[in-house]
Amino acid sequence: MTTRAVEAWTLEPLVKFVKEAGARLVLVMTSAGQVMAQHGFSRAVDVMSAAALGAAIIASTDEIARQLSQPPFAALNHQGERHGIFLGSVITGRGKLVVLAVYDLETSSLGLVQLFFEQLTGDLQAASPKEGVSKQVLAADFERELSDSLNTLFGR
Amino acid sequence: MTAPAAYGPALDLVTRVRGVRGAMLVSGEDGIVVAEQLMEGIKGGAVAALAASLAARLRRAIDAAGVGPTLFWHLQCDKGGLLVVPTPSGVLIVAVAEPDVNVGLVRLELLRAAEAVG
Repeated sequence: MTTRAVEAWTLEPLVKFVKEAGARLVLVMTSAGQVMAQHGFSRAVDVMSAAALGAAIIASTDEIARQLSQPPFAALNHQGERHGIFLGSVITGRGKLVVLAVYDLETSSLGLVQLFFEQLTGDLQAASPKEGVSKQVLAADFERELSDSLNTLFGR
Repeated sequence: MTAPAAYGPALDLVTRVRGVRGAMLVSGEDGIVVAEQLMEGIKGGAVAALAASLAARLRRAIDAAGVGPTLFWHLQCDKGGLLVVPTPSGVLIVAVAEPDVNVGLVRLELLRAAEAVG
């Protein structure tokens, strides 16, 4: 399984997280759904769908928390029969990032993912460049930016 | 499985043994702490996640060996040890102990706690 990153500083923390938490699929993305790194995905269309859905879930739960006058939820977990899906966010020098991890219940657990997500959070915060948030992608550039990112993520 | 109110007394059985630094009930499937009585400095969440992961791997090894279900395991380390008894409901009773603890007594109390938790 390959791990690839659009922004190089995300790669090492992600590789470590995948190895230690035993995650099967992982996406690191901005809260707008722009993918910064991925592990385990083999098709660009899956990355795009997972990123869009993950970002939408985070946006929805942030809004629920806002409606309840609560701080945003720290993490979300969905446990299926064979797989678990974990979504958590982290504030870095590059703004808020969202991590989506899919883990196999045979080889990992929510406890392990939570434990190593804490480490990933610290590693991403330490590794992130401090010069401010990355540039906004304009609608006009969106297609090209997306295409460039996917090419990098799949080593094309 | 017993109601959560019984968890405290079940953990008391273990933590009252001299040399036990803490005890936890851990969900074996998730690796999450269900109840804990730990001394300061013990990272409950980390111990729970890693103990549950180890328990799952041990269970597979023991299944492969065909020697029946795990009743008790003890990890002996330089500065202490980890003692674990799984319950039929999938909860693990975990004790963190000092090196000179009476392992036989802790084992007995872990088995009693497992019976109480169900």
